[in-house]
Amino acid sequence: MSTLEVSPHESSSGQPREPVINDFSIQIATVNGSGSQTANSVLLRALFQMGIPVCGKNMFPSNIAGLPTWFTIRASKDGYMSRRKEVDFLVAMNAETAREDVMKLDSGAAVVYDEPLRLKELRSDLHFYPVPFDKLVAPVCPEAKLRKLVRNMIYDGVVAWLLSLEMPEVRNALVKQFGKRKAKAAELNWGAAQAGYDWAAHTLTKTDPYVAERMNATAGKIIIDGNSACALGAMFAGVTVVTWYPITPSSSLVESLIGYLKRFRHDPETGKATYAVVQAEDELASVGMALSAGWAGARAMTSTSGPGISLMSEFIGLGYYAELPAVIFDVERVGPSTGLPTRTAQGDILNNALLSHGDTRHPMFFPSSPRECFSMVGDAFDLAEWFQTPVFVMTDLDLGMNNWMTDPFPYPEKPIQRGKVLTAQDLDNLGGFARYQDVDGDGIGYRTLPGTNHTAAAYFTRGSGHNEKAQYTEREDDYVNNMDRLAHKFETMRKHVPPPVVDLHDGASIGFVAVGSSDYAVRESADQLRNEYDIQTSYLRLRAYPFTEELKDFIRRHERVYVVEQNRDGQLLGLMRLEFEAELIAKLRSVRYYGGMPLDARTVTDEVVRQEGQ
Amino acid sequence: MSATITPPPKKVNRIGLEVLSYKGSKTTLCAGCGHNSISERVVECFYELGVEPWKVAKFSGIGCSSKSPAYFLGQSHGFNSVHGRMPSVATGAILANRNLLGLGVTGDGDTASIGIGQFMHMVRRNVPLIYIIEDNGVYGLTKGQFSATADVGSTQKSGAPNELPPFDCCALALKWGATFVARSFSGDKKQLQTLLKAAIAHQGLSVIDVVSPCVTFNDHDGSTKSYSYVKDHEETLHELDFVPFYQDISVEIPEGEVRDIELHDGSHLRIRKLDRDFDPTNRLSALAALEEAESNGEVLTGVLYVNTSRPTLLDVLNLVDEPLATLPESRIRPPSAVLDEVMEELR
Repeated sequence: MSTLEVSPHESSSGQPREPVINDFSIQIATVNGSGSQTANSVLLRALFQMGIPVCGKNMFPSNIAGLPTWFTIRASKDGYMSRRKEVDFLVAMNAETAREDVMKLDSGAAVVYDEPLRLKELRSDLHFYPVPFDKLVAPVCPEAKLRKLVRNMIYDGVVAWLLSLEMPEVRNALVKQFGKRKAKAAELNWGAAQAGYDWAAHTLTKTDPYVAERMNATAGKIIIDGNSACALGAMFAGVTVVTWYPITPSSSLVESLIGYLKRFRHDPETGKATYAVVQAEDELASVGMALSAGWAGARAMTSTSGPGISLMSEFIGLGYYAELPAVIFDVERVGPSTGLPTRTAQGDILNNALLSHGDTRHPMFFPSSPRECFSMVGDAFDLAEWFQTPVFVMTDLDLGMNNWMTDPFPYPEKPIQRGKVLTAQDLDNLGGFARYQDVDGDGIGYRTLPGTNHTAAAYFTRGSGHNEKAQYTEREDDYVNNMDRLAHKFETMRKHVPPPVVDLHDGASIGFVAVGSSDYAVRESADQLRNEYDIQTSYLRLRAYPFTEELKDFIRRHERVYVVEQNRDGQLLGLMRLEFEAELIAKLRSVRYYGGMPLDARTVTDEVVRQEGQ
Repeated sequence: MSATITPPPKKVNRIGLEVLSYKGSKTTLCAGCGHNSISERVVECFYELGVEPWKVAKFSGIGCSSKSPAYFLGQSHGFNSVHGRMPSVATGAILANRNLLGLGVTGDGDTASIGIGQFMHMVRRNVPLIYIIEDNGVYGLTKGQFSATADVGSTQKSGAPNELPPFDCCALALKWGATFVARSFSGDKKQLQTLLKAAIAHQGLSVIDVVSPCVTFNDHDGSTKSYSYVKDHEETLHELDFVPFYQDISVEIPEGEVRDIELHDGSHLRIRKLDRDFDPTNRLSALAALEEAESNGEVLTGVLYVNTSRPTLLDVLNLVDEPLATLPESRIRPPSAVLDEVMEELR
């Protein structure tokens, strides 16, 4: 194992530098389709395996090959997982963007680059490390057509030497990445990584201050993206019907689910599937199938993003009114319309809360980590069946598609909840039932499943006006009664959705409210505000809509509450405005970011400081 | 002294149910509407074959036709859904419970205009479902606009002619993979009954396009979907007979004149040749016959195509035999060892 001694060094900018340990961000600029993903994941994993908290974020274009893409890895000894705006360590592999990428760097950053790009002449305040990639790749990769892929692993080797990554961990990461079946490919890449490392060790002199040092902050953790976590959540929630239509950034959720279902949900004796997955012709069909599968008793789901949600609007209104259970994943992206399909946002909050025509309200869950994705998906399926209504699980591209370090998922403790379903036996005992009657005072009627062997089991489901017995009606009292019961059902739901996570600070007069992936930036911003401005903040992380009483209490006990969200118009705040009394609304402040990048702490901090007048 | 009057024994079918068990609520469609005749045929067929009503699930979209599932099989679950999206609704429910006998009722507006995409994809998937198109060439519920099955030159009540060519839903179903395709006329009681019974026995998608005149908006001179036009221009392909699986079929079949097709449940469809040779297992000849009939202004009725070998969507998905909807937790939630295994891979 090699450990590099780094002493304070005269850098090229002439400033002596203390080493900066386990607190930096690496940005790797490549061309989409050049196969850099493996090399980037290996770097991320090597840091993780050295016990250093990391997160990886992929900024990719809406394109298959040829456009610029940036992968950033943040190593943070303090465990900060949000995006850092500043890049400390640039690997410039893309000729097209290299100059701009270099010009954007803060003084003192390091740049590993492909030698022919001649970046060194651009600035004198950076640490430049030119690498002759073409010369290095030829000997380790005799097959010319593979060189484009393998040369990425050379930068892994160079970066490993510069940052003092432990090479055995690089190798472990590689093996993990390629799996047992691709051992040959792993060896080829390992050769390239070693060549890069050896060349750097013999040729370069380290002048930048960034160093990775083994610590013990990742033991027992896993690395996973939110979409895969949702997929696992769905499998362990007992999903039986999955319908979908491909759309970035949600496609990988169902693709990951298909992979897991194929492995773990076939009958061991017959080999037959205990699930159905249908790739529908569009989102109209996928949600139609999911809702009617729920109607017929399946644990049903579909997954999409904003444009798909728009197409599902009519059906989801029917789902609300005809009371059909299904879980709808919305992995949000920047809109409207196609917007920025590969950039992240929280822009569907208001739309989904009230989706469809007429009076409609829909529950939404907001997980903020892969672990929470896993457990909340189970809750979402249970809630959908208990309340017989479509339930949204809201994530976004940042949470869904990026790699997160997270605690392992706990096996679900609660048995699967199937809600108020009457069997033939129940009907015998009861002598019949009225589908939309509020028997228990909670607004939730009893239902039967088609195929129930009883003469009193059947009822007729429709979007048209219906009375308690599910009969067609245009009477105003029947219509109003039913709408009032649906409103009451929604009120009941407040006590059954996941409550917020509240972190109160003594003496804090201001509070934060945020959902989902904004959590990471908000928590880091709270530290910045305390450390840099002596501003104490409390924090309520909402986990669901409908809002619960805790949110109102939180607003009451603070002078000002900053609602942080990733959209232009303050949708979450707008939703509160619809429900809350004036004195609460008056306390709300809005922090919004809508540029499509994952939210960073500095943006939040700067805005709060500005509004606080400091 | 009072005389004891013994009521006559109630007439029941082979599972002991009266016809009342197969009826629905009172129709709200216009008197004389072809759709009401189709509803009556549905009641008769399910009653006569002794299908358990609770096994049936009814589906429809939006329109006059789509209201009709409320008017038959009151002891079956029904779902009157969204305009043009009934195929997805039927598909989802059947995925959830493969034991359901799905019966979809739709119209020409619901299927051929707003729903053409879902219709085509349902056909492509061979969803096991009886799909009846009550085809009258107009939107009745919105007062008489042309639909996409109206023939060129056919006129509205006001006299305005239709200028765009029609979709032939049978031709589309044939081209893209439906496994039972038929056309009939709401006024042809016997043929429609036989077709419906065969569709009940068939495993796979049955598309039955039934010309069903709209007495209010499209039954005038100049319409090609009026009672009189269809009566004058109906070209019947063959005579049909249906022998259910529970009946003896030892009757000798005269060679060359009657073709016998065994359906999935062991029932038989017997097709007696009329004046033309027509092979209902040949998709291309069925398409050619439809083309020819269209150019002659004829309404070709009968079984256009039967395929008893193509796998259904449920076969393709390799689903377990039991309904997914009612699988116990032990079969749908993998054990904790599986979660441990996956977590280990992610460390």
